[in-house]
Amino acid sequence: MTAVAPNPPKPITSGKDPRFAPTLYAHVGQPESWTLSYYRRNGGYEAVKRAFSMGADAVIDEVKKSGLRGRGGAGFATGLKWSFMPLNDGKPHYIICNADESEPGSFKDRYLLSEDPHQLIEGMVIAAYAMRASVGYIYIRGEYVHAAERINAAIEEARAAGLLGKNVLNSGFDFQLHLHRGAGAYICGEETALMNSLEGLRANPRLKPPFPAAAGLYGLPTTINNVETFCAATQILKFGAEWHAGMGTEKSKGMKLFQVSGPVARPGVYELPLGVTFRELIYDWAGGPLEEIKAIIPGGSSCPMLRWDDKTLDTPMDYESIAGAGSMLGTGGVTVIPKADCIVNATWNMVRFYGHESCGKCTPCREGISSWMTRMYEKLVRGHGQPGDVQLILDMSENIGGRSFCALADACLGPVLSSIELFREEYDSLAQFQTPTYPARNRWKDV
Amino acid sequence: MSYFADKQTLVADIFSRYPDSPQGRRSALMPLIREVQDAEGFVNGTRLDEIAALCGTTATEVRSVMSFYSTYHTLPTGKYHLQVCSTVMCSLAGSDELWDHLVNMLDVQPGEVSPDGRFSVQKVECLGSCGTAPMMQINDDGYYESVTPSKCARILESLRADLQPLPDNPVPVTVNAEGRQMLANGEVVGASITGLSQLPPIFPGGEA
Repeated sequence: MTAVAPNPPKPITSGKDPRFAPTLYAHVGQPESWTLSYYRRNGGYEAVKRAFSMGADAVIDEVKKSGLRGRGGAGFATGLKWSFMPLNDGKPHYIICNADESEPGSFKDRYLLSEDPHQLIEGMVIAAYAMRASVGYIYIRGEYVHAAERINAAIEEARAAGLLGKNVLNSGFDFQLHLHRGAGAYICGEETALMNSLEGLRANPRLKPPFPAAAGLYGLPTTINNVETFCAATQILKFGAEWHAGMGTEKSKGMKLFQVSGPVARPGVYELPLGVTFRELIYDWAGGPLEEIKAIIPGGSSCPMLRWDDKTLDTPMDYESIAGAGSMLGTGGVTVIPKADCIVNATWNMVRFYGHESCGKCTPCREGISSWMTRMYEKLVRGHGQPGDVQLILDMSENIGGRSFCALADACLGPVLSSIELFREEYDSLAQFQTPTYPARNRWKDV
Repeated sequence: MSYFADKQTLVADIFSRYPDSPQGRRSALMPLIREVQDAEGFVNGTRLDEIAALCGTTATEVRSVMSFYSTYHTLPTGKYHLQVCSTVMCSLAGSDELWDHLVNMLDVQPGEVSPDGRFSVQKVECLGSCGTAPMMQINDDGYYESVTPSKCARILESLRADLQPLPDNPVPVTVNAEGRQMLANGEVVGASITGLSQLPPIFPGGEA
């Protein structure tokens, strides 16, 4: 069944390349796509059989060869991460699926979870087998109720069919999988905070090291991956590492679920090879903007915004190129910001978000973001700005950046610093004259 | 009576998901809170004690965990608890106006329940529906997406008659039989330059 495409002479970096076809997202939205019978009719649970026939170490090698990098935002090499799990240490190992998708602008995992749960389960069985894990948890954000029901039903079906539990598919490998529902906290996307939440605690992040592969859930070796990463592992075991490595750029391999939101003709999730340009994604796939745009958030709200110009639009969407442009690929959640909306107001919304979601553990984030930064922005947008306010925000940012316990405070500085750099005149207008360059307008309309 | 007194099977099922240890017992905290809240709408002081006893901790600890997360309630909510996403992607699509409209129309503020007991409102952070903004969730029942003014009016009218419309769960982009991404109306996208429909269907699912 391993239909490995011949090694392409030139890597696939466009969704319009005839060699490219969606796989991760191929069954989303099809009737009954969430059932075991549908999944099996479409080649489901063949990848796991191939994994069992290869052996655990070969599976890790295959994932390494594929070039897959974590799709949750950080982009760490997945095969390498898997190889950090200790071997033969006699302890139980855990794997966790991070399905706490809460980065503003990201909405890919929701469709994978509710429309193709077996693809995720298969990926987790493969990963567990490779990392000698006997128990897995899917930590899903509490608000994804519909998806949680689908996942639970799929786990039941898989268990009844011998795909989970003792002696999976007569391989001698045991793997139990459970769903754990969160309850609404952005910080649970941070892997150590997620583990605390799973242990029934407040979701404060833990100090690293020790890293989860050494001491994670219940102090035992644990690996956490994003939903899309596990699903990509299923596809890699199905079609081979070379097929996966034939897509994308030199260091960013494979396909990615990109999401487009904001005023474009066709907002939604598009599966495209890494290295596709912003221009192709936004114009050819999402149908182009519906009004004049001034900025792009390239990968979820914590990624610094980029100016809407030809240079940005021609930037390939891979980890390195976007980093070179001064931002991050993040979760691939692209948002376009209209010219006619006040950038300070939009940034205030994000600052307020991070302020609300700060766990309160460390001072730079609790006081710096939740209190000072939020109040400075509120002061500006409410028309009480004073000369020097923008400089004060910059000074505060300098004292917050790199000084917080986890990445949440730095995430908040992404939109703050980039918006000041790109649109300083809008800030100055509010600070000097207390008037926004772009006044509030009614955006709630019937289409 | 204790909420869990006649639900021993359910409790055993929840505990079976976690290790048989004090830490594992504590892990059952969130599922147990969710159980109570789903049945009673909120978690009162007595229930805090019961959950604490089951998990081997104190009611204060349970309350501390509850206060960390935004979807747990220690106060009653309305029959329809409307949660409006307020984060920037929804805000750019009009969620601020949607929120103002709801608060005015229903005459209810966060933390309150409308006099007829029907409505309560909550501003929530990004619920992962940015492509179909603005959106709201009603109770724990699912997403109502692309909530335009007219759709909002229809939903409110139905709720006032106690006929809750089903959540829509739209999937804006799917993949067709040729492996090409298409919109709900069947339009194939990504075709503006090269004309994708002319291309050979190379779908790696086939036999080599």
